[in-house]
Amino acid sequence: MTKRAPDASDVSVSPPRRRSKYTLAPLVLITGNVVLFALFFVWPAVIGLVYSFTNYTGVGSFQFVGLDNYQKLLGDSTFYSATTRTLLYTVLFVPLNFVLSLLIANVLVSKHAKGASVARIFFFIPWLLSPIIVGVLWRWLFGENFGLVNYFIEKVGGSAVPWQSNADLSLLVVVVAAAWAWTGFSMLLFIAAIKNVPTSYYEAAALDGAGPWRQFISITLPSIAPTSFIVILLNTIHAMKEYAVFASLNNGGPGTSNNLLVQYIYQTGFKSGQIGYASAASFVLMLILMVVAVIQMMVNRRVENR
Amino acid sequence: MTTTDTPRKVDTDSVPAVSRKRPRGAASGGLRRAIAPTALLWVLAALYGIPVLWFVLSSLKPAGDLFSLPLTLFPDDPTVSGYKEAWASANFSGYFINTIIVCVIATILTVGVSCCTGYALAKYDNKWLKAFFVCILATTMLPAEVMLAPLFLVVRDLGLYNSLSGIILPALLTATGCFMFRQFFLTVPDELIEAARIDGAKELSIFLRIMVPLSRPIMLTLAILSFQWRWNDYIWPLLMLNDPEKFTVQIGIQSLVGAQNINWSVLLGGSVISMVPLIVVFLVFQKYVMNADINAGLKD
Repeated sequence: MTKRAPDASDVSVSPPRRRSKYTLAPLVLITGNVVLFALFFVWPAVIGLVYSFTNYTGVGSFQFVGLDNYQKLLGDSTFYSATTRTLLYTVLFVPLNFVLSLLIANVLVSKHAKGASVARIFFFIPWLLSPIIVGVLWRWLFGENFGLVNYFIEKVGGSAVPWQSNADLSLLVVVVAAAWAWTGFSMLLFIAAIKNVPTSYYEAAALDGAGPWRQFISITLPSIAPTSFIVILLNTIHAMKEYAVFASLNNGGPGTSNNLLVQYIYQTGFKSGQIGYASAASFVLMLILMVVAVIQMMVNRRVENR
Repeated sequence: MTTTDTPRKVDTDSVPAVSRKRPRGAASGGLRRAIAPTALLWVLAALYGIPVLWFVLSSLKPAGDLFSLPLTLFPDDPTVSGYKEAWASANFSGYFINTIIVCVIATILTVGVSCCTGYALAKYDNKWLKAFFVCILATTMLPAEVMLAPLFLVVRDLGLYNSLSGIILPALLTATGCFMFRQFFLTVPDELIEAARIDGAKELSIFLRIMVPLSRPIMLTLAILSFQWRWNDYIWPLLMLNDPEKFTVQIGIQSLVGAQNINWSVLLGGSVISMVPLIVVFLVFQKYVMNADINAGLKD
C-alpha cells in the first residue's frame, strides 16, 4: 500500500504528459471503426444531403434543382399520409409498450410472484423473433376468415372483425404485435433500473404505512425516471423507422393506407428510382427524429432539475 | 452487474429471517400475498406465450387441417411435412446457409472492431479520440433506415451490390458494441496496464494478451446481440440482394408472404425453422443476454 501511494499521485499530477506518449496504439485500434465511419456514415450522409437538392435517379447525370424536392414533398399527399400514419403508430406504440414492459418488470421483480425466472423467458422470446416472423405470426392470429382471434369472437357470439380490411384496425394489430415483440427489450432495462432502487426506501415507506401502489408511485417511478426516458426515446426512434412488421403483417394495407415513412422512402427511392426525392424524404424523417430527441432531452432535464 | 445483484440477494435472504420471527398466522399471509402477483405474472406470461405456442403447434398440422373447424390447439396428427416442403421447395436451405454466413462473419468482425475501439476510447486520452467518441455518438442519431438511398449508392459504388459482403460491411459500424466495450474497459483498473508497461510490454500486446481475454463476457454478449441483429435483418438485405440465390432467410419468408396465394403450410414451417437458431442461442447463453447492459447502446 505504502509503495503504491506515490505512484497513484504521480499519475494524477501528470496525466497529459504520460498519456500523450501513446498516439500510435489507439490510432491503430480505432482504424477499423474510423474507416467504417467514413465509408458508411460520413459519405452517405454527405451525398444524401447533396442528392436531396438534385433530381438524381441513381444512374447517369443529374441537375441541381434547389429546394424543389422539399417543396414537392410538402404538396405530396402520399407523403403526408405516410408521415401522419407513422406519427400515429408511434403515439400508440410507445405508451402501450411502456405500460406493458413496466408492469411486467414490476411483477417479475416482486418477491411474491412465483416462477418469475421461468416466466421471464415467455416475455423474452417475442423479442428474439425477427420483425418478419412477428408479422407472419400475427397475420396468422388475426386472419379475417381463419384466424384464432376471430374464431373466438365468433365462438362467444360476436361477428368476425375485419382486422385486415379496416385500415385503423389493421394499424392497431401492428401496434399490439410490435408492443408484444418489443416488451422483452424495454422490460430488461426496467428490471435493471428497479433492482437498483435501494430497498431501504421501500422499507421506510412500508413503515410509514404506504401500500404497494403508493410505493410504486412515490418511489419506483421517480427512481427509474432516467431509464423511463431512455425507454421512451429508444421506442420512439424504433417506431419511427418501423417497416418489417408492416411488410409482413399487412404490407401497409389495406391498399396503401398504412404505408409508413420508411416504406415511402423505399418506394420512391428504389421502386420509382427517384433517389433525389427519396433523399429529401429521408432528411425530413431525420429532422423528425432529431426534434423528438431534443424535446425528450429537454423534458428529461426539466424532470431531473425538479 | 454484480454490484446491483448483491443487495438484492441480501434483501431476499433477510425476508424469511424476518417472517420467521412473526407469529404463525403470518406464514399463511405470505402465501396469500403471493397469489395475486403470481396470478398476474402467469396471466401475462400466457398472453405472451400463447401466440408463439399457437403458431408452432399450427405448423405441425397437416396442410389440410390448418383451417378445419373447430380449431384445435394440438394437432391430431402431428407432421413435419410443412417443414420438409419449406426446406426443399422454397430453397430454404440455401437461404439458411447465406444467413449463417452473414451472421457468423458479421458477428466476428463486429466484436473485433468494437473491442478495439472500445478499449481505445476507455484507456487512452487524447483529443482525437474524444472527437471520434462524439462521432460514434452521432451514428446513433442517423439509423441506416434514414440513409437508405445514399447508403445504397455508396455500397453500390464500392462494388458490393448483390453480394453478402454488402450486407456485412455497413453493419459492422455499431455504437452499441463500442459502448459496451468502453463501459467494460473503464472498470478494468489502469494499474494493470501500468504494471504491464513497466514490465516492458508493447501497447498492442497489452491489449491482445491481457485485455482481450479479460473482456470475454462482453464479447459473448455482443456476439449474441450481433447474431440476433443480423439474423433478423430485413430491409438492408432486401435492398442489397437481387439474386434469389443470395437471399437471406427473412427475405425468403417475406417473399412467401408476398405471394398471391399464401401457402400457409410452407410459410408456417419455414417461419418456425427460422426461429430455431436464435432460440437455441438464447437458451444456451441466457445469462449473458439477461445481464447485458443494453442501456448504453442505442442502435442495432
